[in-house]
Amino acid sequence: MKFSSLRRGLVMSGRVLLSIPFRALPTLLAAIVVSFLLLRLIPGDAVDVMASQVALSNESDIAKWRHDLGLDRSIGEQLLDYIVNLARLDFGYSHIYNMPVASLIGERLPSTCLLAGTAFVVAIILGILAGVISGYAKGGALDQLTSAVLLLLYSVPAFWTGLLLIEVFAVWLNWLPLGGSQSLGLDLSGAARIGDRLRHLVLPAVTLALFYIAVDARLVRASMLEVQNQDYIRTAIAKGLDRHTIVWKHMLRNALLPLTAVAGNRIGAMLGGAVTIETVFNWPGMGRLAFEAVLKRDFTVLTAILVLSAFFVIAANIIVDLIQVWIDPRIEH
Amino acid sequence: MSRLIADIRGLSVHFGEHLIVDGIDFSIQENEILALVGESGCGKSTVALSLLRLLPDKGCTVAGKVLLGGRDILTVPENELNDLRGSAVSIIFQDPSTALNPVWSIGSQIVETLRRHRNISAKAARRQAIDLLDLVAIPDPHRRIDDFPHQFSGGMRQRVMIAMAISCNPRLLVADEPTTALDVTTQAQVLELLDKLRRDLSMSILLITHDLSLVADWADRVVVMYGGQICESAPTRSLFSAPFHPYTQCLLASIPPLSGGPTHRTGRLFEGPSAGVVTASAAGCRYAARCDRAEASCLSAKPAIFSVGAGSHLAACPVVKPSVSLAATVI
Repeated sequence: MKFSSLRRGLVMSGRVLLSIPFRALPTLLAAIVVSFLLLRLIPGDAVDVMASQVALSNESDIAKWRHDLGLDRSIGEQLLDYIVNLARLDFGYSHIYNMPVASLIGERLPSTCLLAGTAFVVAIILGILAGVISGYAKGGALDQLTSAVLLLLYSVPAFWTGLLLIEVFAVWLNWLPLGGSQSLGLDLSGAARIGDRLRHLVLPAVTLALFYIAVDARLVRASMLEVQNQDYIRTAIAKGLDRHTIVWKHMLRNALLPLTAVAGNRIGAMLGGAVTIETVFNWPGMGRLAFEAVLKRDFTVLTAILVLSAFFVIAANIIVDLIQVWIDPRIEH
Repeated sequence: MSRLIADIRGLSVHFGEHLIVDGIDFSIQENEILALVGESGCGKSTVALSLLRLLPDKGCTVAGKVLLGGRDILTVPENELNDLRGSAVSIIFQDPSTALNPVWSIGSQIVETLRRHRNISAKAARRQAIDLLDLVAIPDPHRRIDDFPHQFSGGMRQRVMIAMAISCNPRLLVADEPTTALDVTTQAQVLELLDKLRRDLSMSILLITHDLSLVADWADRVVVMYGGQICESAPTRSLFSAPFHPYTQCLLASIPPLSGGPTHRTGRLFEGPSAGVVTASAAGCRYAARCDRAEASCLSAKPAIFSVGAGSHLAACPVVKPSVSLAATVI
């Protein structure tokens, strides 16, 4: 029935997708080069770290080791090699974890996706709800209460919220586990296994979501207040529409645009790992892997995480472009 | 004798301390175009908004009565008010580029109005919306119905607004400066359309404008406002041929004549503060501060409206009163 708007959406989506080779790929390439070079600028390489671990000091052995790993070649050659390998989804080999980086990330990425995905969805839904309610009842008691709570959530650092929640729900009440993503040493299956995973997910996901709820709600509230004074809202009132339709149909769709941009960039960054939260909750995700890689000076793993984060952010931006094209018909590229 | 569609009694609007509309009375007859004219800040748009109770709740007090079909718009409960809005009384605004929601297709905005007030299916509403677009002369309506506001020109957008406003056959259409944002050729087309629609649908139109040439061409009756008060009210022909109130006379004299050439000096309205500024303090006639015929009594009391001669020609100026009987005999 809405054929022409559907067609317009498809055409615009096609244009966004066609722009990928021209906009997204060069950006990704630049991110790869910068990540690779930055970490090589730091003095000391993987061989230095390994040599110190095994107390190896024979200069010729170290040089041979370096030669075997290709670290004696020029930085340009190494970079080229790295890019060619990346194209084959080969992220290199970690001599510190003693396994391919790809499988190391493959182990951690699902946990991060679960945590980030849950927190993201919860934050978007509750953020929009709180923002709309707050903007709806502007200046009233409900708005003031919501705004105060949101400001508090916004100002408190996430690791502190996390520690507080652990103290209350894991230590005092003993309702939820302290950390990790599953109970160790228990051989659970089926529903019990899923239940166990969910119990572990609650606290880190809530902690991560709380901060973003505050960000989203404040953003939505501000745009709702701005949209409220637009002429087309007066038109909607003059047509006799009820408040419900005006708020959820006429105001919200206009107020959502800023949120899509902010939330899109965020999901990209979140998939790269929530370093603090994953560390506080001992969550085996990308963020903790990055933290460990820094401590162990594992540059191969670190570069891979940086490149992957860049990839997620760029991919999320493309998705945001697609969503915005569908929400706002005025966007023409 | 034509029937009364809307009766406005003692309408006053305060914005905080400021009295914007000062107890005005007028009525709108069945099937007529009544023009409400006045300069910027005289309160004419405030009157338009109060006819649908669209003024903000905060910082704005409205007194008086706006009777429409026996019900007072200013005091009916919210749900009854929403039944009347868009159905018994509709409004179109000055700037059609901001009055339509940019992220919904024009079709969906017309359909939702129809479905709000009529118990019809989505399909039937869509068919009716296409007919409405056809009625307001949007070419190729069954294809354009899914287009968005930004895909239309200014004049076309105002036509869409009109289609939406008349969708539920209102008795009264309030047109708040409907052509101010449009160029002159489009202006004439939009007014021609409004004139045709009020005859075909037998509705009344309250045309708010500051453009006297529009008034002369399209209005049946005119109400002239200054500083929140009504100065004069008359059938169009009578007002233009024999204006009584000094402000109306001055207003008509300010129209540049076609024959004068570029160097011809027309009567200037006045130098000094605008009408809006005058409103704040004056107790008597608002125009007295600028009127070259003002007397001491003009400043002390609000002038009463009285009949001046033929038909329903009313004016509110005690100074010109003596000449009334004379003028009436001349006509």
